[in-house]
Formats: sequence, structure tokens, C-alpha cells
Amino acid sequence: MFRVSELVSKESPVSSPAGTGEPQYVITAENLTKSYGEVTAVDGISFRVPAGEAFGLLGPNGAGKSTTMKMIGGVSQRTSGSLSIMGLDPEQHGPEVRAHLGVVPQQDNLDEELKVRDNLLVYGRYFGLPMSYLKPKADELLEFAQLTDKAKSKVDALSGGMKRRLTIARSLINEPRILLLDEPTTGLDPQARHILWDRLFRLKEQGVTLILTTHYMDEAEQLCDRLIVVDKGKIMAEGSPASLIRDYSTREVLELRFGSERNATVGTELEGIGERIETLPDRVLIYAHDGEAALEQVSARGLHPLTSLVRRSSLEDVFLRLTGRSLVD
Amino acid sequence: MTKEAALTGSAPTTAAAAPRAHSPAVSAARARRWGAFYYAEQVLRVMKGYGWTIVMYGVGQPVAYLFAMGVGLATLVDTGSNAAFGGVSYLAFIAPALLISAAVMTAANEFTFPVMDGFKWRRVYYGPHASPLTPEQIAAGQIIAVTVRFVLQSAIYFGVVALFGASPSGWGWVSILVATLAGLAFGLPLMAYAATIKDDRGQFAMVMRFIVMPLFLFSGTFFPLDTLPLAVRWIGWISPIWHGTELGRVFSYGYEEAPLLTVVHIVFLLGLAVFGWVLTRRLFAKRMAS
Repeated sequence: MFRVSELVSKESPVSSPAGTGEPQYVITAENLTKSYGEVTAVDGISFRVPAGEAFGLLGPNGAGKSTTMKMIGGVSQRTSGSLSIMGLDPEQHGPEVRAHLGVVPQQDNLDEELKVRDNLLVYGRYFGLPMSYLKPKADELLEFAQLTDKAKSKVDALSGGMKRRLTIARSLINEPRILLLDEPTTGLDPQARHILWDRLFRLKEQGVTLILTTHYMDEAEQLCDRLIVVDKGKIMAEGSPASLIRDYSTREVLELRFGSERNATVGTELEGIGERIETLPDRVLIYAHDGEAALEQVSARGLHPLTSLVRRSSLEDVFLRLTGRSLVD
Repeated sequence: MTKEAALTGSAPTTAAAAPRAHSPAVSAARARRWGAFYYAEQVLRVMKGYGWTIVMYGVGQPVAYLFAMGVGLATLVDTGSNAAFGGVSYLAFIAPALLISAAVMTAANEFTFPVMDGFKWRRVYYGPHASPLTPEQIAAGQIIAVTVRFVLQSAIYFGVVALFGASPSGWGWVSILVATLAGLAFGLPLMAYAATIKDDRGQFAMVMRFIVMPLFLFSGTFFPLDTLPLAVRWIGWISPIWHGTELGRVFSYGYEEAPLLTVVHIVFLLGLAVFGWVLTRRLFAKRMAS
């Protein structure tokens, strides 16, 4: 059994030498690996997250994002490598690490038999928080999650977006400085997603470190200061959304649709236009600095696509470039 | 005081009235010590939602059984020889058996479907699993909560039995504890089994039909076990209901049996409960880590 005083002294979140002026890292992972029998879900990934950053793991389903989150969350044992959360190894100090975190799992696991507000109270009790703190805090969080008028409803009666917001409110009951969000907006309609994004922005403004996984590139672009692109358990690229686009894509993209029959064959006729051409089943992408100019060149060659669209490059293009496939299959 | 001064004056008080959460280190230390009780609190809150069912089950079942068996059937049975039932009325003979059986049947419900709910259906275990609580504490918390239910339900049951005058000895109340122990002896190994089930294909209904019911009928509940042929008497010997019932009879009407046998009952029930508890802890930890 630990004494509180011992833990407080041990609990140094700094993993860079003191006084060097380097940022304080709240999470440090080195060669983190997780295998299930023959399958390697996470294959030697390394990253560091400074306090207050919004850090994203972007990748398709099955890339190893959730497995990484479970290891950070101190609920899944790693196969090899090292991991430190607030200076503590989650395998040796599970409860201490988890006490620092707020966790929003991929699947909601609210207690549907309890009322909305009671879900928050009960969860706070797991941290040993007294009711004198929990009651006003629960009301404050319900306000934050825009669920005040649902406080006495059963969880069953909530919509998907409301349940998600309640799960986020629940994860904040212990005032965590690190929030883990595993695909926070998957399955939500656009309006519900925007409300959630807004709430997450506010937390970021308050200095909460956000770690989130997503397979939506717009979400990653909106929320993340920095992200790693993960595929098959490995890190494919790392950087801010803007720098990733700069490094791995062109400024603009020209999207052409020639009809599903023609798309596959038209590629050779387009050769030489733009910097790179990507042929997808439903469309052809031409990566170019100037999309309009590329479109003019296409017309000049006597090619007439059914539709054409010039847009800015996105993380989707980065991902396509790195892995040869789109994010949401 | 001006309005402004009043406002600024009140501001710090409001801030002080909104307490901050204690540090993560305090959370972790408290969870390490009290975690099982924190989870028990959650389960008891959920049980409160069907509190009336528990009370009605606790009162309704003994009234129905005691009336049908102990009063109705007894008019036929008691005309024979009371000696067969250790010199007490048929009502006093079956009362401890019904008390123990009710606890075991409750165990068969509380340690099956809710476990499946925790791991699979609504995944309620995975919420606390992300908090400082450990899987072992989650298991322990559920057991504590169900134990509270056993004690409450058995106390109500015993109250009704006492009103029927079916517990002549002053030590009858001890059978509340015996019923609780029997419930755990049957329930904890069952909980371990439930923790291994990935898909519900009617296993729990099978447990009810092919384990709980035979145990209920052939555990010396309605007639002494030694009136059965040896070929089926073993069902009683391995049955927590039989061990619990015999123990209950010792306390409720001073049933005379070899003292060694009384010890065997206690050791058997405790042994099963401990075995189930150790196994449950392990299986919970393993399943939640995967």
C-alpha cells in the first residue's frame, strides 16, 4: 500500500532534464509494441506529448489506434517498449496513472439503468471524491455538456450525441489534465460533431492535454496541434496538419470524374499534368500547385471529364500518398 | 455597502464554495484502499432501481411457500410421524431449507446476467475499468453489493418465518448468515463461469434448469436426504443448498447431527466461496486486460 506523500513526491511529470527549457512531456512512448499472438497490433511506435497539446492518432480502422489508447489508459499491458504517463509506468502504477486521466472510450459504457446525473456522481466516487465536491461539479458538467434539462432522465432516453456528451462530461469529473478520446465523434451527425468539437476546444483552451484517435481527417485538422499518421501499427508520418500537407501533398488537388469505366484508362492520357496522379475507382486526382492551370491542360489535351473540382489538399491526400488507400474504407 | 462592493465581496466566497477535486495521488490512494466499496455503491444504486422487486421477492416468496407447503401440505405430512423431521413440525423443517434456497436462487440471477452485462451487453465494467479501480475491485464490489442483498433478503425471509412460528430456537437468526454464505458458495463459482462466457447461448437458463432446480429438489429441502436412495443422495452431498440447509436447521430448531458434520458444512461452504472468489478475481483481470 502506498502512502499519499510517497506518491506525490514520485509524481514528477517531467521527462526532460529540469532547467533545459524543453517542454514537459506528459506522455512518452518508446518502441511501444503490442502483439496478440501472431498479430502485431502496435509495432514499435515512439512519440512524446507535451503538456497542453492536442495530439492525434490518425489512421484507418485496425491501424492500432485503440490499442495504443488502451496502453496509455493503463488498461492494456504492452508486449515491449516503454511508456510513461506523468512520469509513471502504467503497468506498475495503474491506479495512479488512471487517476490522472479522463477517458472517453470508443463505445459508450454509461450505466443505462441510472439517471444522467447519477452517472456522473457514481463515476466520481471511483476517484474517492466526496459528494460535497461531486454534486456541484456534476451540475457544472451537465451545463458544459448542454444536458442540464436531462439531469433526471434515464440514459436510455438520450440521443447518440447526448450520450457522447455525457461520456465526455463523465470523463471530466476528476478534473483530469489529460483527456483520452477514442473516436469521439464516430457515428454522430454533423451538428452533434460540431457541438462536441466546440466543447473540446474549450478544454484545450483550459490547458487540458487532449489525445484523440480519429479516422476523420477534418476532425484531425480541426482539433489537433500535431498528429501521427498510423497504419498497420506503424507511424507513417508525424507533424502538424499543415506541415504534413506541405510535406506530403501539393497545395491543390484537381478531382476529375470520367465515369467508372473511363477512370482506370484515362490515367496514361493525363501523364505529365501536375506533380502526381492518383487513380481511384470513382475519380482521378491530380496533385498540382495550381489546380485551375492543371484543368486547362486537361482540356487542352481534348479530355472532357463529367465533373471537375479544384480544392485545397487535405490530410486525406496525405494518407492516400502514404498508404495508397483512403482512410475510411 | 454598494451593489458593486457586495458583488466583489461575494465573489471569493463563491469561489471557495466550489471545491476543487483532490489530487490524482489522493484519488489513487483512496481507490487502492476503498475501490471495491466504491463499485459496490454503484451496484447498490442500480439495485435500488428494482428495490421493490427485491423486497417483494423477499416477502412474497416465503409467504407463498410457507403457506402452501408448511400449512397446506403439512396437514397431510404431520399426520404421519414427526420423528422423521427431527421431532419438529413440517413447517419448521422446511423453513430453513426455503430460506437457503431463496438465497441460492438469487445468487443464480445476480452472478450471471449482470456479469454478462458488465463484459458484453452494456459493458458497464469498462467504465470503472478506465478509472483508478482494478478489475479485482470491480468483481469484489459486485460481490459486496450482492452480499448486502443476501443479508437483507434473508433477514426479511427470516422475519416472515419467525412470524409463522417456524423458528423455535433462539439461534434461528444465525440462518440469515448461513443463507448468505450458501448464496456466496453457490454464486462465486458461478460468477467465475459467467466471466468466461463470450456469447449467451442460453447457458444461464441451463444452469437454472439443470443445476439450481435439481439441487433445490434433492438437497433435503422437502424431505430428509437419507430417505433418498444412495444413487441420488450424492446430489445433496455436493449441494451448497443441502450443506446450508442442514446448518440452518441446527440453528433454527437445534437439529441434532454429528458435530463433525456441522464443521464439514461450514468448511464446504467456505471452501466453495473462496475457490469461486480466487477464480473470479483471476478471470476478471484476464478478461479486462485483453
